[in-house]
Parts: sequence; structure tokens; C-alpha cells
Amino acid sequence: MRKLKHGKLTAGCAGACCLKLEGLSVRLEGDEILEDVSFHLHCGEITALIGPNGAGKSTLFRSILGQISYKGSITFSPAGGPAIRLADGTATGGSRPLVGYVPQSPSFDRGDPVSVLDFFTAATAKWPVWLPIPRKYRERAAACLSRVHGEDLLDRAMGALSGGQLQRVLLALALEPVPHILILDEPLSGVDIEGEHQLLEMLDELRTQYDLSILLSTHDFATLGQFADKVILLNRRVLKAGPPDEVLSSPEFYDTFHLRMGREGER
Amino acid sequence: MELWYAILSVLPFDWAQPGHMYFMKNALLAVLVITPLFGLLSTMVVHSRMSFFSDALGHSAFTGMAIGAICGLNQPMGAAVIFAIVFALLFNLVRRRTALASDTVIGVFSSTAMALGIFLSTMNGRSFTRFNNLLIGDVLSVEPAMIGVLALILLLALGLWALSFNHLMLSSVHPALADSRGIRVFWQETMFSVAIAVVVTLSMTWVGLLVINSLLVLPAAAARNIARNMAQYHLAAVLGSVAAGIAGLMTSYYLSPSAGASITLYLAVWFALTFVIRKR
Repeated sequence: MRKLKHGKLTAGCAGACCLKLEGLSVRLEGDEILEDVSFHLHCGEITALIGPNGAGKSTLFRSILGQISYKGSITFSPAGGPAIRLADGTATGGSRPLVGYVPQSPSFDRGDPVSVLDFFTAATAKWPVWLPIPRKYRERAAACLSRVHGEDLLDRAMGALSGGQLQRVLLALALEPVPHILILDEPLSGVDIEGEHQLLEMLDELRTQYDLSILLSTHDFATLGQFADKVILLNRRVLKAGPPDEVLSSPEFYDTFHLRMGREGER
Repeated sequence: MELWYAILSVLPFDWAQPGHMYFMKNALLAVLVITPLFGLLSTMVVHSRMSFFSDALGHSAFTGMAIGAICGLNQPMGAAVIFAIVFALLFNLVRRRTALASDTVIGVFSSTAMALGIFLSTMNGRSFTRFNNLLIGDVLSVEPAMIGVLALILLLALGLWALSFNHLMLSSVHPALADSRGIRVFWQETMFSVAIAVVVTLSMTWVGLLVINSLLVLPAAAARNIARNMAQYHLAAVLGSVAAGIAGLMTSYYLSPSAGASITLYLAVWFALTFVIRKR
């Protein structure tokens, strides 16, 4: 996989478009889920969020999506434009950035009578999908699916898709309309090696094509170095952030996942 | 209604001839309004796993009837509809605010409503038997004015389906995804449960409390066996529901069992058939 380095981790947002989280804290029912989380996401970069279960990864996503309330600030600056606060949705001199969201695979039953076309049309159009779907919407869905090389999935039942195919459909949906920021919640779980390779290649393609900032959570540390520009180790707080090799060899990483220092420790 | 009677008179049945058997003709029209309505709603009841919920609503409708009767209303229907709506709203609110599983919350509500209904209707030693017609239902007693109300409800349901089915479906498939696309999941769910509440309450007198939930589950359950997309799913559910409705009413005319029970049995046969030929 080709690597595209772009922007410095520690640099500010000067000029380039960027999502900035500052001092983000979330309490849910008295528990501190996130504490003073700060980082920047730059356009055209893939950032991987890692951390144990319950580290607050999904909560962080929901904060960016505006689904829960938080302390601190999340701002988005389009290339060269003024910063926009996401918290209250009020844009100061610009419109709210579009956030595309690929959720953890929803559970479809095998027998669910929902075709990919139904699902897509329901999410992107007003046409009620219980009526036969006109050609216009069919073509639009096909065009969106072609972004993820999934045109042939159009008439398949959602419940009959493999993990990788389902992720591609959800990805195509998150890209319609093309967002500024793309968030993927554990896109690699339940996906086989072939599907994983396809998905990662596609993300790499998308970020250059649309200059997206991509934020994804994963437990698959082995492939991190191949696709991520930056890795953030989260466990309630940001424990370590930086290039993949730096984070993966840090003592914080070993501590968090209760690993013994391997090669690094023998020095 | 005259037009309807005139249309029917071309049918080769003895009850369809002009001048008599108006109750049967009315009942047929009522069935033709009620069954597509239930077929339509059943698709979403089954899709979002709400069959237990619609069952509970039937119980609450009964309680509403009892409250209406206590208040000395001639037509307890209005009170029943209001009670069912309150029940649906309260249920949605509690479900949202609690960590309990949905079926547990339904169980709490359902048993409370049923107990309250029995408590009120048997207070002061009154006999429960006068509510028997609610349990079994009698479509042959339907009046033209009521058919008009049901037709209006069918139109409203079609309107709801046309405007918000997409959002409703996404909300049930993946609430967080729906939310990220600007859908207000809570309101979608609330609107839908209120719709079921109204439909169940209004039809209970004609269909019968004991079998009403089958009309909200079986059509779609059968349709799922054979449908591959939403359009097929709806078509199969509505057609199955209407066909079973007509067949059930005919059976009830010639053999005199309760129409609600006959319709349900036809639906069960329809389910069995689709199960045998189901998609693999």
C-alpha cells in the first residue's frame, strides 16, 4: 500500500483544512468516559484510533457526530476558511462540515427483505422504498456504489452480504454526499483478509481523490503501519499520538495492552 | 354506500343480492379497509421486532375501553384511543430512559394495563362478560360511519408511510446511523407506535383483542419468507392480508365462526405455504 505523508502531526491548522478537538471531556451517568482529549485531524490523512474496549472510542465518534454533549471544543476549519464550532451547530462564517459515518456493522437477519438498493434509497432519497424504485434512484445508487466498486451488489439482500461487502455498502452511503470528515467505527472487524485489503486500498484512494480526513478505530495493529498516517492511543485520555511505528513501540502502548516489551525491551 | 351495494350486486353470492344482508356487505367493506391497513403496518412491526409491543397495545386499548365505560360514555372508543396513545408515548419515554431491555419494559406496561383494565371493569362486583365482544370481536356489527373512520385512518397511514417510511426503516436498522443522517429516531419511533395504538384500538371491536396481534404479525411474517426487497415485502403482506380477510369473512358467513379467528387461520395457512416455498 502506498503511503502518503501529508502535514506534520504537531503543526497547527494553518491554511489546510482541519478538525480540531480541544480539551474534550465527556461524562455519562457520572462516569468520566473521555478526559481532556485533544488532537487534530488533517485532510487527506488517515488517523487510526486504538485503545482497549471501553476506552471511549465510540463516545469520541458520537461527540464529533454531535450525538452527545461534551465539554471542550470541536472546531472545523475548511481550507483557508474560518473555524467553525461543532458543539452547538452554529457556524461562524461557514456551514457545518459534513461528517460521513460508517457504523459498526448493523445486524441484518439473513431473511431481512431489504435490498442494498432499498437501504441506499431509504437513506439518501425521499422516494418511499416500499414502492417500486424508479430508474433515477437506481442509477444514483449504482453510481454511489461504484465509488466502492460495489455496483454488482445493488440487488443483493443486506442480510446476505459478507462483512467486507457490508462495509463497502456502508462506506458508499457515508460518501453520499461526499463528506469533509469520514469516521469508521471498527471497519475491519468481521472482514476477511481479502476484504480488509480492498477496504484499506479504497480508503487510500478516497482520501487522495476527495481530500478527506479519515478517522477510524481498529484493533488490528498489524496493518496499522501500512495505511495510517497517524495513530492515537486512547484510554479515556490520549496516551500517545504519532506515526504508527512510534506509537506501537511506545511503553504506553505496551502498558495499555498488557504486553511485555518484546524486541524493544531487549535493547 | 349505495354505490358499494350496487357494485356487490353483480357478485353471484346470495348475500350480495340487492335489498338485504347489509351487515355482510358492510363487513366486507370494513375488511377491505382494515386488512390492507394491518398488512401495511405489519411490515414495520415485524421488521423492527415490535410484535410484543403491538400485543401490549391491544391490552391497553382494552383498558381504555374499560375506563371509557366507567366514565359512562356511550362510545368508549374515544377514551380508548386517547388512553392507547398515552400508553404508547409513556412506553417510548420509559424505554428511552432505562437500561432495561425493550421486552422487559413492554412486559411491565402490558401487565399493568391489563390488570388496570380488569380491576376497573370488575369493580363493585360487575360482570366481565359484557366485555366478551371485545375479546372475540364482531366485524358483522360494523356501521357505515365507522367504516368511514377506518378508511380515513387507512389514508393517514398511507400518508405516514409515504412521508416517513424511509426514516422509520433506517431508525430500526441502525439508530446511530439514522441519527448521523439527521433522522430524529425518537420521534420516528413515537409516531409509529402512536399509529399502531390508534389502529389497534379502533379495530379491536371488529377484529377482537385476542387475535388482533396476529393481523399485525402474520402478514409480514409470511411475506418475509418470500420477499427479497421492500416492494415485494409490502406487496406480499398487503395482498396476503386482504385475501385472508375476504376468505375469512366468507368462511364466517357460511360456517358462522368469529371472523377475526377465521382471518387469522387463513393467514396462518398463508404463512405455512410461504414457509414451504420460501427463498433459500
